[in-house]
Amino acid sequence: MTKQEIINEVARALNLKSKEAKPIVEEIFNILKMSLESGINIEISGFGKFIIRKKSSRLGRNPMTGEEAEITERKVVTFKPSKLFRDAVNNGNQRN
Amino acid sequence: MIKIELISQLAKELELPRKEAALIINTVFDGISQSLAKGEKVEIRGFGSFRIKQTKPRMGRNPKTGEKIDIPAKIIPYFKVGKDLKSIR
Repeated sequence: MTKQEIINEVARALNLKSKEAKPIVEEIFNILKMSLESGINIEISGFGKFIIRKKSSRLGRNPMTGEEAEITERKVVTFKPSKLFRDAVNNGNQRN
Repeated sequence: MIKIELISQLAKELELPRKEAALIINTVFDGISQSLAKGEKVEIRGFGSFRIKQTKPRMGRNPKTGEKIDIPAKIIPYFKVGKDLKSIR
């Protein structure tokens, strides 16, 4: 479970108990989520960008019945990793 | 929202010194990055999960010269949006 590992890292860095670090880490993702929900993109240097994209409505099909149905206009969140992050992941996993 | 704004907001909401908030934010994003570099995935409930994905080698083109180039297979970070984050109106 790596979320726990991240909580442990934060606890270690701040000299906190893991129990105390947990709500702090959760608050970060809460802030990110609220920001995206209110339509604000996020840019973390060295990590990447969370971008809200608007998808227009289109015709789709119910795969079960084959019936045509309109897929309503929606907004989706996409993540674009930074070059630093991409290189770290590619280099790290090539070595394994 | 950029990183320093996230740091400010975290500091304000949890009444932490800015320096500590910055240390926390950096630790979290470095932690995710290191986990993926080790080939692990990180799941944050209610937000989404960070995973790795293998891409296939493919032929690309230099858009300027039109020259063909080999693009090797890579392992890239990938974010899968969580259920709760999917329903943005």
